[in-house]
Amino acid sequence: MKVRDFLKHQRFPLPANLPASRVCADRRQWLPLAATLHESGARLLTLWGTDDRDRDGRFRMYAAYLAPEGVLVVEHALEVTEATAFPAYPSLAAIFPAAQRMQRAVYDLLGIVAEEDPGNEADTRGWLRHGGWPETFYPLRRDADGSRQYSNFSAPYPFVTVEGGGVHEIAVGPVHAGTIEPGHFRFSVVGEKMLRLEARLGYTHKGVAKLFEAMPQSSGHRLAARISGDTAVAFSWAYCAALESITGTICPARATRQRALALEHERLANHLGDLGALGNDAGFAFGLTHFSRLKEDLLRSNSVAFGARYLLDSIVPGGVAADLPAEAPPLLLDLYSDLERSVTKLRSIYDEHAGLQDRFRGTGQLQPSLAEKLGALGLVARASGMACDLRVDHPWPPYDRVAAKCFVQSTGDVAARVQIRFDEVYESLRLCRALLQDLPAGPFHAPVPNAAPYQLGLGVIESWRGPVLIALETGPDGCIRRCHAHDPSWQNWPLIEYAVIGDIAADFPLINKSFNLSYSGQDG
Amino acid sequence: MWNTLSRMWKTGLLTEPLPVLEPAFETPSPDLDGLQSDLLAVVGRALCIRHVDAGSCNGCELEIQALHNPYYNLEGAGIHFVASPRHADLLLVTGPVSVNMEEALRRTYDAIPGPKLVIAVGDCGACGGIFGSSYASRGAVANILPVNATVAGCPPTPTAILRAILQAVRAPLAEVQRNRVIST
Repeated sequence: MKVRDFLKHQRFPLPANLPASRVCADRRQWLPLAATLHESGARLLTLWGTDDRDRDGRFRMYAAYLAPEGVLVVEHALEVTEATAFPAYPSLAAIFPAAQRMQRAVYDLLGIVAEEDPGNEADTRGWLRHGGWPETFYPLRRDADGSRQYSNFSAPYPFVTVEGGGVHEIAVGPVHAGTIEPGHFRFSVVGEKMLRLEARLGYTHKGVAKLFEAMPQSSGHRLAARISGDTAVAFSWAYCAALESITGTICPARATRQRALALEHERLANHLGDLGALGNDAGFAFGLTHFSRLKEDLLRSNSVAFGARYLLDSIVPGGVAADLPAEAPPLLLDLYSDLERSVTKLRSIYDEHAGLQDRFRGTGQLQPSLAEKLGALGLVARASGMACDLRVDHPWPPYDRVAAKCFVQSTGDVAARVQIRFDEVYESLRLCRALLQDLPAGPFHAPVPNAAPYQLGLGVIESWRGPVLIALETGPDGCIRRCHAHDPSWQNWPLIEYAVIGDIAADFPLINKSFNLSYSGQDG
Repeated sequence: MWNTLSRMWKTGLLTEPLPVLEPAFETPSPDLDGLQSDLLAVVGRALCIRHVDAGSCNGCELEIQALHNPYYNLEGAGIHFVASPRHADLLLVTGPVSVNMEEALRRTYDAIPGPKLVIAVGDCGACGGIFGSSYASRGAVANILPVNATVAGCPPTPTAILRAILQAVRAPLAEVQRNRVIST
């Protein structure tokens, strides 16, 4: 059967908040399927593995693709191997470069190997395992005890070196100069010019996937919210959407509107914070002062509307934790007007500031062709010419009612990522107003029954950073069997390494901030 | 330039008073001057803080960053975040200590000249939080370093973090005063 026919006839619907399907592939079909999907314009969304040896003696690999018609999950049961050998599957990295780090992470967690074609050398350096647990311990295997502690042996990590006259290395991190997350950056520079950057991440790996396995389905949203605190609403919504899709729960209309309101507030808070920080990183402290003030106003109004400044516990399975109080809508509408007025003034100050624009323009350029080839996601992709926003492409309730707009820039530099943030701030304010006006009466929560065991469901939500995904597999007695969380930072971290080439080392903080990727979301 | 100046003028000063401390840490002059003279008595200069994310979800970082906004105006109070542990008096640690960050955290602590203070910020830092101890996490900061104070919350508010900082700094001062009372 030809691959396209196979895809047409063998796919089954998958419970999710947007169009999703699932297809089972054997070892021979795994790569041709990926190649066909790549040709049809699909991007790799995520990769994960599971240990099903307790059920049928197999390990499984899953690849989720973002195709024009929705999300397609390809499932591959690995062939049973001799007890001594590692189970293996063909590597996707030659077709989807973004798969590389994910495959290294899958090995660290499960001990299953991505086999490269002969001629392609496999990168066998640990990604999540830095030497804090033994090489023979694979935490996501069913027989691994996740609560056991091991002593730490710092393992060597050979970076790729650049040779030649005058080249030297700058090693930065994991502890950075500012209040940011930990990661290691190795720059090869000549003079001030960056020739190469290699990032090493995984420092904040907290064993989230293993923790999920010990949790009841009814409380997984709390852990999901803490995968990346700045994306708490998106992750907890994705988790709830996955669980609700599996159980067939219909979230009440009033609750979905409030969820979207929370998601847009999260987008606003992050964009306002980033716009200020970007000004500051280019030497314009005024920007930080004024944008951080606006962000604080928003967070304080969150306390009134949602009961907390950061909404880590406001989205729960079946709806939202608390109804929007009656005094919130007028207060929020006033806030939106003030934000819109202030941001308009600040935008014209940013646009007209020659020194600022000089630092923004042409810096950290990610060419659209490269973004496309490497599978960029979210805000970073939109700043490099890719029109992709799940709220627009596959609107799930309530975005099917409020019609979000997608903003695109084509230059792919820091300036483009600044402009996208400005545009999205206005759009989020418009959406917030529309959501408040359209807020129907009724319950804000629906009961969620226990899910049948061994069901797979997806929740995919467009966070401020890009699409986040939760793949939830239920276990017996209301437990979680496996929960895989994916942050778009996985795709976008390697892109920074290209965006900085040729810029000066002093511009790295500015470029890094313009991407603003999650370390914790990536490390898991 | 005109737009920038006019924006500053129209926004005005937004800085709020320092948070009220717990009774044990009450001081005769809780205002800014009082704080600054206390800081001088304890650290002999502006207070310098080094922050380390030891594995947090980045929620606590957002609230620490908020301390710099004009409402809390941390720098205006004479409290300064520094880039090097060698310049610091106080270490602010967020997150459960991930196994992969354990060594970096210890090394940062060792690089701070004594006497030094450590504050664990957030539920994770205080008690391990939702992540607890596992193959990948050592749990609370106190499992790795001596901790002077903890701030509960997920994430704690900027006010709670600021209050903990002010109290931790005044704790040695209270000790000095107590000793003085005893010796007289």
